Amino acid sequence: MGHLIEFRQVYKIYQMGDTAVHALDGVDITIDKGEFVAIVGQSGSGKSTAMNIIGCLDVPTRGQYFLGGTDVSTMDDDQQAVIRNKMLGFIFQQYNLIPKLNVLENVELPLLYAGVPERERRERARSALERVGLADKSKNLPSQLSGGQQQRVSIARALAGSPSVILADEPTGALDSRTGREVLHFLKQLNREGDTVVLITHDNSIAVMADRIIRLQDGKVIYDGDAHDPRAVVQPHLPGEDEEVGA
Amino acid sequence: MGIKQSFLLALKSLAVSKVRALLTMLGIIIGVAAVIVIISLGDGMQKMMNDQFESLGANLIQVSVWGSGSSRSVAPEDMYKLVADNPDYLRAVSPYVQVSGVSVRSTREAFTPGSILGVSEDYDSIRGMTLSQGRFLQYVDVLRQQKVCVVGSYVNKEYFDGQAVGQQLSIGGYTYIVVGVLSESAESRKGTDDDQIVLPYTNAMSLAGSRVSAYMFTGADKDTASVSRTIIEKRLEKIFGDDDYFMVITSAEMLDIMNTMMNTMMVVLVAIAAISLLVGGIGIMNIMLVSVSERTREIGIRKSLGAKRRDIRSQFIIEAGTTSAIGGVIGIGFGLLAANVAGTLISGLDGAEGFAAVPSLGAIALAFGVSVGVGVLFGYLPANKAAKLNPIDALRYD
Ligand SMILES: Nc1ncnc2c1ncn2[C@@H]1O[C@H](COP(=O)(O)OP(=O)(O)OP(=O)(O)O)[C@@H](O)[C@H]1O
Ligand SMILES: [Mg+2]
Repeated sequence: MGHLIEFRQVYKIYQMGDTAVHALDGVDITIDKGEFVAIVGQSGSGKSTAMNIIGCLDVPTRGQYFLGGTDVSTMDDDQQAVIRNKMLGFIFQQYNLIPKLNVLENVELPLLYAGVPERERRERARSALERVGLADKSKNLPSQLSGGQQQRVSIARALAGSPSVILADEPTGALDSRTGREVLHFLKQLNREGDTVVLITHDNSIAVMADRIIRLQDGKVIYDGDAHDPRAVVQPHLPGEDEEVGA
Repeated sequence: MGIKQSFLLALKSLAVSKVRALLTMLGIIIGVAAVIVIISLGDGMQKMMNDQFESLGANLIQVSVWGSGSSRSVAPEDMYKLVADNPDYLRAVSPYVQVSGVSVRSTREAFTPGSILGVSEDYDSIRGMTLSQGRFLQYVDVLRQQKVCVVGSYVNKEYFDGQAVGQQLSIGGYTYIVVGVLSESAESRKGTDDDQIVLPYTNAMSLAGSRVSAYMFTGADKDTASVSRTIIEKRLEKIFGDDDYFMVITSAEMLDIMNTMMNTMMVVLVAIAAISLLVGGIGIMNIMLVSVSERTREIGIRKSLGAKRRDIRSQFIIEAGTTSAIGGVIGIGFGLLAANVAGTLISGLDGAEGFAAVPSLGAIALAFGVSVGVGVLFGYLPANKAAKLNPIDALRYD
């Protein structure tokens, strides 16, 4: 049985005029089912690029990406849409809820695109909302909820389709530290219940919630291992750049 | 995604910006209303014309003869024989002689009737006339040139106090007895068919001092009107050796010509109204393009959750179709209202009493279908643009 996620020499190169920006520069990563991995690194190190490729929102310039054993790096838009729908659940920094739809309708969306019939869709969306403790807000519009609640709705939405991987890009970035911790504990709990979670953050204190840390710098993996290894949280010091801690 | 969802979503986004939605629909509303009005009035007009022809006698064939100046002419007997020889195409014939410039007097006063006609005893059935009092002319009256006449309801009312039958009437110095009164056909107004005096054509010929110059035939059927016409024309050509000395007109063919003209006119008018629909369609396209760029982020979110291109495309197409369909319904409403008002105004005019604007169900269905079609057609481009957005670019869009 192969890995759930496997990057083989993945490059993402943006051509900016004469210069080529290597957002990912020959990355090899494997993540197995049930893992809780944090991808960390400074701003511009390639975290979001990696997450977009893992999430099938983007394709590598070079290299291969296997998700659940199939090469998804060469798939077209619609095929990737099916993969996103069936295998991936996103949690974004900005929640990305649709403002016109109420909470329940937002959570139903992935099921809608999966073609799940209305009744079952309702039920599954409702139980996902129950898991995040927001069943009573199902008729509210996103704008009527606090930031933490909105983020929990987006978690419910990510859970509703029972994905293989939950991808969270700076999920606490827009939250205060207390609600941020709540969201993290929730992700931790999901992982304990068996979900694979990939968390992206530039904050070491958040990264240590994970079991494993992958550190990127200039598009390269510079550390990959136990989150509790002291080397995992050591930021390599770059000349002229001060590290931002707990920003 | 289901059509129902897209439809509800479309209604929702329309409800959010009502003024914008209304402005977007304006072109469609005007276009559809114009189409409804034009078709309603056109149909009403056509119906009125048909009714008038019907009352004239839909199978009527009018023959005018002006002769060749020589001794050659058409004898009434020739025409009667024509009818007898062609029972499948011709039913009846009556000579038709108009008398003018003769003095007319009732026992009380001298007057000038709308017309004095000399016809045969079949004329009433040819023209579908009925009598309110007395009888129509009879064969013996024609044969023996009896001095009897039938008068219209206006003449009866105006000069005989409604008691014309049995009274005397002096025409060109001869004394006639009124034997019947025609039923009212034009509200007993002066100068209409109600203001006429009908006498045997044999008498009329002597009064007018001329030969019969016109005939009225009844054809067997509207559909064979042209065959009937050919039969009469052939006969007349044989008599005159030329086709320059007479003219044959059938009501059915006249009606056909007029209907064709009406239809052509309506097609032109509807085409003009369709320009408004085109403008409306472009308006919808414009607003949909704006809507797509405003909702780029939403499109990105939907794609990240697994929406395929066709899901996004159908969402926007349904939204455009819904917008224009609602515009169409409003336009149909306005159109029906306007057609009704116009119909009422027109029916108040002289000679258009029977007019009614009749919007057919087909016209309404067509207008609705076209408005939905316009929305779908012009919504396709923006919808396709939305569908092709790259998820990552769309998600980053602000
Ligand atoms: N669409 C793009 N076009 C050009 N360059 C890009 C594009 N997207 C990312 N990059 C570049 O790729 C590099 C990696 O960007 P990425 O967004 O992955 O960083 P990040 O680690 O997520 O940073 P942050 O913590 O600030 O979110 C950066 O140098 C960035 O400028
Ligand atoms: Mg980032």
